[in-house]
Amino acid sequence: MLSIRNIVKEYAKHRALDDVSIEIEKGKIFGLLGPNGAGKTSLIRIINQITAPDSGEVYFNGEKLNPQHINKIGYLPEERGLYKKMEIGEQMLYLAQLKGLSKADAIKRIKFWFEKMEMQTWWKKKVEDLSKGMQQKVQFVATVLHDPELIILDEPFSGFDPVNAEIIKDEILELNKKGTTIIFSTHRMESVEQLCHHIALIHKSHKILDGSIKDIKNVYRNETYKIKYEGSLNLSQYSNFEVIQEDILDETKEITIKLNSGISTNDVLLELIPQVQIKHIEEVIPSINEIFIQKVTALN
Amino acid sequence: MKKVFLIIEREYLSRVKKKSFLILTFLVPSLFIAMYAAVFFIYKNEGESKKEFLVLDESGIFKNEFKNSETITFKYADGGYAANKAKIKNKKDLLLLYVPKDYASSNDIEILSAKKPGFSLLNDVEKQMENIIQNKKLIAAGIDTAILKSSKTQININAKQLTDEGEKDANIGATYVVGFISSFLIYLSLFIYGAQVMRGVIEEKTNRIVEVIVSSVKPFQLMLGKILGIGAVGLTQFLLWIILSSTISVAAGKFLAPDQQVIKTEKVDATVNTDTNPTKVQESPALKFINAASSINFPYIIGSFLFYFIGGYLIYSALFAAVGSAVDNETETQQFMFPITLPLIFTFIVGMNVIINNPDGPLAFWLSMIPLTSPIAMMIRIPFGVPTWELALSIALLIAGFVFTTWIASRIYRVGILMYGKKVTYKELAKWFFYKE
Repeated sequence: MLSIRNIVKEYAKHRALDDVSIEIEKGKIFGLLGPNGAGKTSLIRIINQITAPDSGEVYFNGEKLNPQHINKIGYLPEERGLYKKMEIGEQMLYLAQLKGLSKADAIKRIKFWFEKMEMQTWWKKKVEDLSKGMQQKVQFVATVLHDPELIILDEPFSGFDPVNAEIIKDEILELNKKGTTIIFSTHRMESVEQLCHHIALIHKSHKILDGSIKDIKNVYRNETYKIKYEGSLNLSQYSNFEVIQEDILDETKEITIKLNSGISTNDVLLELIPQVQIKHIEEVIPSINEIFIQKVTALN
Repeated sequence: MKKVFLIIEREYLSRVKKKSFLILTFLVPSLFIAMYAAVFFIYKNEGESKKEFLVLDESGIFKNEFKNSETITFKYADGGYAANKAKIKNKKDLLLLYVPKDYASSNDIEILSAKKPGFSLLNDVEKQMENIIQNKKLIAAGIDTAILKSSKTQININAKQLTDEGEKDANIGATYVVGFISSFLIYLSLFIYGAQVMRGVIEEKTNRIVEVIVSSVKPFQLMLGKILGIGAVGLTQFLLWIILSSTISVAAGKFLAPDQQVIKTEKVDATVNTDTNPTKVQESPALKFINAASSINFPYIIGSFLFYFIGGYLIYSALFAAVGSAVDNETETQQFMFPITLPLIFTFIVGMNVIINNPDGPLAFWLSMIPLTSPIAMMIRIPFGVPTWELALSIALLIAGFVFTTWIASRIYRVGILMYGKKVTYKELAKWFFYKE
């Protein structure tokens, strides 16, 4: 659906994006991850045609990005706001028409969304009379009002209270189910880890990693397990695994082990079960955050 | 293009719907009319109030020499100083002119009155007295009274302007006033509406709505829509003012018409008058203004005014928009405002001091050609008459000027609106200008 090819973007002295290529599949939720200042917002602005790349191309549904595509994208910027003195309904109408909707269509869609989000009574209200959480709901509705094929959300959950964040998250998932492609851009990687199908990691203007979360995690899992047990073990006597960490929680003890090659969890359990009472075993899968740190350290 | 219209519509309606717009629209013409009426009635009443002088002349020189005019009559009093002083006590329109015997050496002539006499009144009396003494001295020196009479001339210049339509009364006073008012209005409105554009840009930037909007329209379209929308508000305001003022003026003119008729017939066609003491009918200044105003080509003035307002507004509002985009709040605008407001203030001051006195001088010419200064400079000159080629050149340069400044401003604007939390310098602005899309 979106193909970003060899994008380079330079500001006066600083290269914000250096040869970045990303493929985003239709109907997927895509995470654009990286610390602040990595170049995420620069890339998003290019997709939104707010700025143009110095070199490289973006293809939208196979067509080179052009002004016609603006109406098919919904964008919720990190720095978002509304006109304080304008009535909510009028404001929605204005933003929807700017996205190419006719007035009649816009009114219909605003009514639909206001009902869905329980905002019917807000039409005549002004933004300054709304709470921050309410304003965020309005901003979200403004983003999806024109039924875009691609929704880009920059730091979507920053500043949302947990209740509203949950509501918005559900709406996003529902839209995604209907086939809308979603891009999340955030530096808080843990916040979208469960939502995204695919991710790309951006660090210092470079894409350092991308792919499906499953594949990435498969690459970065390294036969590490956490085992909780009751009883006592002489840990030095086992040759099947290596103890990385040992914690004692009241009566329960917890060890993190790394299996030696060719050994399965069953082998370890067979050895341990006669000795102690096993309470819990789980594979330690690195979080995206950890993978990111690993990757960055490896690059350096 | 449809999107630009949407932006214009929002900018326009959101301002026109405000109460302050309505108040200003009706307040300004009513103030104008009130002032006009006040001036008219003050002068009218002053003209009607007649003053009477009691002349107590101990020297005997001025006896029966004073000439009565429409507003002043003289009576010659007997009796002592104290007795006459008592007579004028508490009388508003009765004054005592006291000339002591030795007035020439002591220079002790007095005017006594219950109320402070006006300057023009004193001036009239002084002039008459000077004339009388001068005449007496000349006669004493043996000069024939006939020669004396014929030597007295009074000249009233009737300035006539030669135009395509033939001779036209050149009413310098009214021209001056029209030049002053129209250039002052341009000066003021460029500031007011330019600052509105700037504030609008800052509002969108600090609200953070600008990024949402520019994901739907190009920054240039947003800037253009804002400028045109607010400009339309300005034009609406002016048009309403013109319509309201002229409606009220016509109504007021009908109301005042009978008065005007009388005085017009008394108007003296003064060329060279050989009378010793010409009894010139004093025209009420208020009516003089009405008559003068009717000699001015208002459609031409208003047309030029609207053009120079639009042209000047487009130039300055683009610059104001660029300034607004470069800052995060209004307090930071100071450093960039100065170079923008400088040409405006400079032209206005120079205009009021130099151009208005010498509307065809070289300074007037050059200032009315430079696009940044021409809206003000030209409006001062236009009531005096400007050669067509100068007007055409000035208009062409103004159009070229706003295309150029809008282009520069838009290059700064597109970068500025997306920059947050940065203290911007001029060097930075220059860099933005050269950024690629």
